[in-house]
Amino acid sequence: MPTVSMTVNGQTVSAEVDGRTLLVEFIREHLALTGTHVGCDTSQCGACVVHVNGEAAKSCTMLAVQANGASVTTIEGLSEGDDLHPMQAAFKDNHGLQCGFCTPGMIMSAVDLAKRNPNPTEAEIRKGLEGNICRCTGYHNIVKAVAQGAAGMRG
Amino acid sequence: MQSFNYAKPASLADAAAALAKAEDGTLLAGGQTLLPTMKARLAAPSDLVDLAGIAELKGISVSGGTVTIGAMTRHADVAGSAEVKGAIPALAALAGGIGDQAVRNRGTIGGSVANNDPAADYPAAVLGLGATVRTNSRSIAADDFFTGLFDTALNAGEIVTAVSFPVPQKAAYVKFPNPASRYAMVGVFVAKTASGVRVAVTGAGNGGVFRVPAYEAALAANFSPSAIADGVISAADMNSDLHADAEYRAHLVAVMARRAVAAAG
Amino acid sequence: MNDSVAGIGARVLRREDFRFIKGRGKYVDDMVLPRQTYAVIVRSPHAHATVNSIDSSAAAAMPGVVRVLTSKDFEAFGGLPCGWLVNNQNGDPMVEPKHPILAEGKVRHVGDPVAVVIANTKAQARDAADAVVVDYSELPAVVNMRQALSNPPAAVHDEAPGNLCYDWALGDKETVDAAFAGAAHVTRLEFTNNRLSPNAMEPRCAIGDYDRSNGDHTLYTTSQNPHVIRLLMGAFVLSIPEHKLRVYAPDVGGGFGSKIYHYAEEAIVTVAAKVIGRPVKWTSDRTEAFLSDAHGRDHVTTAELALDADGKFLGLRCDTLANMGAYLSTFAPCVPTYLHATLLAGQYKTPLIYCNVKAVFTNTVPVDAYRGAGRPEATYLLERVIDKAAREMKIDPAEIRRRNFIQPDEFPYQTPVALVYDTGNYEATLSAALAASDYAGIAARKAEAKSRGKLRGIGLSCYIEACGIAPSAVVGSLGARAGLYEAATIRVNPTGSISVLTGSHSHGQGHETTFAQVVADQLGQPIENIDIVHGDTARIPFGMGTYGSRSIAVGGAAIVKAVDKIIAKGKKIAAHLMEASADDVVFENGQFKVAGTDKQIDFGSVALTAYVPHNFPLEELEPGLEETAFYDPANFTFPAGSYVCEVEVDPETGVVEVCSMHASDDFGNIINPMIVEGQVHGGLVQGIGQALLEQAVYDDNGQLLTASYNDYTMPRADDMPSFTVDHQITACTHNPLGVKGCGEAGAIGSPPAVINAIVDALSELGVEHVEMPATPRKVWRAIQAAKK
Ligand SMILES: Cc1cc2nc3c(=O)[nH]c(=O)nc-3n(C[C@H](O)[C@H](O)[C@H](O)COP(=O)(O)OP(=O)(O)OC[C@H]3O[C@@H](n4cnc5c(N)ncnc54)[C@H](O)[C@@H]3O)c2cc1C
Ligand code: FES
Ligand code: FES
Repeated sequence: MPTVSMTVNGQTVSAEVDGRTLLVEFIREHLALTGTHVGCDTSQCGACVVHVNGEAAKSCTMLAVQANGASVTTIEGLSEGDDLHPMQAAFKDNHGLQCGFCTPGMIMSAVDLAKRNPNPTEAEIRKGLEGNICRCTGYHNIVKAVAQGAAGMRG
Repeated sequence: MQSFNYAKPASLADAAAALAKAEDGTLLAGGQTLLPTMKARLAAPSDLVDLAGIAELKGISVSGGTVTIGAMTRHADVAGSAEVKGAIPALAALAGGIGDQAVRNRGTIGGSVANNDPAADYPAAVLGLGATVRTNSRSIAADDFFTGLFDTALNAGEIVTAVSFPVPQKAAYVKFPNPASRYAMVGVFVAKTASGVRVAVTGAGNGGVFRVPAYEAALAANFSPSAIADGVISAADMNSDLHADAEYRAHLVAVMARRAVAAAG
Repeated sequence: MNDSVAGIGARVLRREDFRFIKGRGKYVDDMVLPRQTYAVIVRSPHAHATVNSIDSSAAAAMPGVVRVLTSKDFEAFGGLPCGWLVNNQNGDPMVEPKHPILAEGKVRHVGDPVAVVIANTKAQARDAADAVVVDYSELPAVVNMRQALSNPPAAVHDEAPGNLCYDWALGDKETVDAAFAGAAHVTRLEFTNNRLSPNAMEPRCAIGDYDRSNGDHTLYTTSQNPHVIRLLMGAFVLSIPEHKLRVYAPDVGGGFGSKIYHYAEEAIVTVAAKVIGRPVKWTSDRTEAFLSDAHGRDHVTTAELALDADGKFLGLRCDTLANMGAYLSTFAPCVPTYLHATLLAGQYKTPLIYCNVKAVFTNTVPVDAYRGAGRPEATYLLERVIDKAAREMKIDPAEIRRRNFIQPDEFPYQTPVALVYDTGNYEATLSAALAASDYAGIAARKAEAKSRGKLRGIGLSCYIEACGIAPSAVVGSLGARAGLYEAATIRVNPTGSISVLTGSHSHGQGHETTFAQVVADQLGQPIENIDIVHGDTARIPFGMGTYGSRSIAVGGAAIVKAVDKIIAKGKKIAAHLMEASADDVVFENGQFKVAGTDKQIDFGSVALTAYVPHNFPLEELEPGLEETAFYDPANFTFPAGSYVCEVEVDPETGVVEVCSMHASDDFGNIINPMIVEGQVHGGLVQGIGQALLEQAVYDDNGQLLTASYNDYTMPRADDMPSFTVDHQITACTHNPLGVKGCGEAGAIGSPPAVINAIVDALSELGVEHVEMPATPRKVWRAIQAAKK
């Protein structure tokens, strides 16, 4: 079995895994970081989005071994303790979540989006979230949240 | 997903050797097609040879009227590249319209071209611009490269190393996405070059990406949407599925072609 | 009422959000029990086949495999029960075939469970599942409903040779026919209400655990109603008494109806955990969800509306074929009957209504309630046929509706289809919606769109729904096999903090916030001191769960009743402490006061006294401060509203863009407007999704063509506009909060508004109808057909 080592939320982790272990399985099952979710089998829903070396990636569509040596950030690593990242705060302030299942992936994608485009228009936000499906909110408040979160990230 | 051996060679030669040695080996690039396929148990290779460790496969260069993109260059890098935007903006825009951001952050041009999904976007650009696919053993002209659904001229074990695109005078790509998957239900790439006009269509044909000689001739004479105003192509060779029947696809090819010509300016 | 910021009517930010945005939600699949195993289910690849044999020997010998179970292992148990009996027109009961846990000798839909492989890891179970060899003989598949009845290729169940589950009717056909005979105008519309897959983003998951030392079973499951699952599975399937079965549904990632039902996998993991003596977890993947979660809608309907020369409705006549799928899911029979036909009066004074419903078995996934359940189908029927009538009679669509509205002074209003509407003001929501959407100004926008080569249209829909499902006596007389009240316990702890145990379940609705607002308001306590506990049969006395927009109307009312009991007892304790008569004690803003004096004592002191009863009327009162109430409402609630949609069609491609959608709703009183708006937004997108994007499609062989997001079109952010929403209020007359419920409205009201808008845009070409989902291909085809 291959050994993988990577930095997850700032901590170095290393484990022997079955080669077919997906990054999302490594995160959820080996590291017990269950904030990253799985909502589909075809890489479309975005519930599993994490950052790999600072960029959004679908952790269900990546092998753990492909992240060997990488720096991975999950929703749990976005802010510490009782703090909230500006994007997290914006989701709360704008009622950008209901059941919460899509939310971690949605927030991780939104942070990537705001990094690429610090002042996105509504249309750019909607387009930028096309890889994340939410069944609860109708997106309306998510779009508002991402606009506020991006503003918060601009500082 | 079934079990496999994993290797991450540091050179092309090692990758070719690893592949040759494997019982039923497959190259792994961005994994954005291969991994979902393996998860669905539609592919079960004995070995995965990961190309991510080979530095020479990455990067974009522009020289002498040619844009060369390394096989392991990600869609996001092409979409964001100032050089590509400057030389062939239609190509950067096409890359920026593949999948979603997370997919673009992993998926590569080499994987897309080698996979030749009949609904993929890159094949339209490769064929529409008359690009050259470079491999570890030869160079293959676009017109010879795409040979059918998920089929290419690549030999077993052959590795795409780069794709070289000649810079056109003008070009545009217009995509009508499948409403569910967002792959191209119809995508038309139109390019005007010194040597003529090329029109390549993806998503629509039942044999994969194809050129439309009638449009090319009409547009060579007059590069404007009106030149192909009533140019509906035959539905006979069009794909038909849940989302679009052949006749509708043929109609969309005409509409997207006109829109692409208009967008190319 | 208390006017503190956290009280009723305030936009309180959600208290549950912190854990979700930090990635600390606790969903079933996040749980790992010691020594847990993993189950993978072998499912039928065929729509209809006999199972000749199952050879699991190779699978059983594979690495990590603990056990392979087949239907033999479940012989001792019952089938999955159906919770609602519908009778035929002739009084005979519906055909109710057994729904076995694992297929017994025959599979009836693609995805029907056949065997279960349990292994130490999920990957091992998955590998071994491929090694289970099932020998099938394929049978002809029954897919199309009309064909299933008229020319059946096969019988899905031997008990129903013609595939008819029931033939039910409401209304008197002869009088309705007579009204049609005398009508100035009759409008007729045939249409399909498209089959949908609910697609909560969290796939279903269940973990069974068994403690041999005491015989206790625990089922962790993704459910909207854990007590109902305990009842159905414990009493009807596995014969486990309530005190030996705990059902716990922690954080649940959306339901929309699909997580109401008792599913085979819940029984499978419960049984399997006992058989192997280790916890067993099953997690659905998305394709499995498409093949096993109950689908929604799937009606084929003919509707006719009779009108007089002024556009007044004289009668409505409709025939519906309703797909039940291969087995009767928990609530399936009541959806096209009591949740559909009874809503066909809508907001109107149609005097005569007749509706015939034939429920049909097919070799497809069972169909049951999905957000709105029956009411979207009724609203679509009515609002489409009315719109068509308006067009045919050249009456403005808003005007024709106005001419037929039940007027505000006509409540309570007895409809011809069994319901009594308590209150409403339909003109108020219609005029608000028309004003907000600038209905009057559409001509200019159409002209402007035309200059860009686009066809613009506006469509409206006036919906009503019956929510807050209950009352038990009524639903019982209509065939429900359970009561539909709700229960709540208020536990005031010694230091004055409050635990609210509710039988409602939150899987996105925000009960932890709204219910706490209600209690904070009524008890005058800070919201921080109040916790809402839900989802666990071990902690909550009883409950019927969350569906049918019933949480606040029924569950909230139960909480208010329990609060009332707390206040009544508190008054007695306070009276004792203040040496006054309990009759003179009033409770205001968290203080017990002796009326007309300045004597008062705060809530916390009363709570403490209840638990430290040193100075306490022990001869009359028990110590402690905890009360339970059950609430069974006197009637349904009737939320209603008007939705206006504006679209632009690209005639060259058939692409429809939703430019705007305005929702004007009357939900009665509102506890938290922010949450209510969120519910509407979510419902709107599901409704627009039904109208434009979504459809579960089977081919002629019964293969589901849309079993992944590659083919089932989920609405995404860039498919949708932002919405505008407003509320008009007529308070419900028969529950203590005056609330009506808001969970389903968006999905009920929006589909006909979208289709009416598309038809409006295309009417100049002569298009009269476009079927849902109005995909680009269908719209383009409709335009081509009209051109010919
Ligand atoms: C949700 C989603 C949406 C998508 N949407 C689109 C879309 O809209 N348009 C579109 O075009 N694509 C789309 N894709 C596909 C995406 O572009 C993939 O990235 C691409 O098709 C394959 O590239 P890859 O690098 O991921 O290759 P992999 O998945 O790693 O490999 C694909 C195949 O190519 C072979 N291969 C890879 N690299 C080489 C090489 N250098 N030489 C020879 N063979 C090689 C592999 O062995 C494999 O058989 C989507 C994918 C997903 C998951
Ligand atoms: S789980 Fe759906 S995209 Fe990864
Ligand atoms: S909040 Fe439930 S899926 Fe987005």
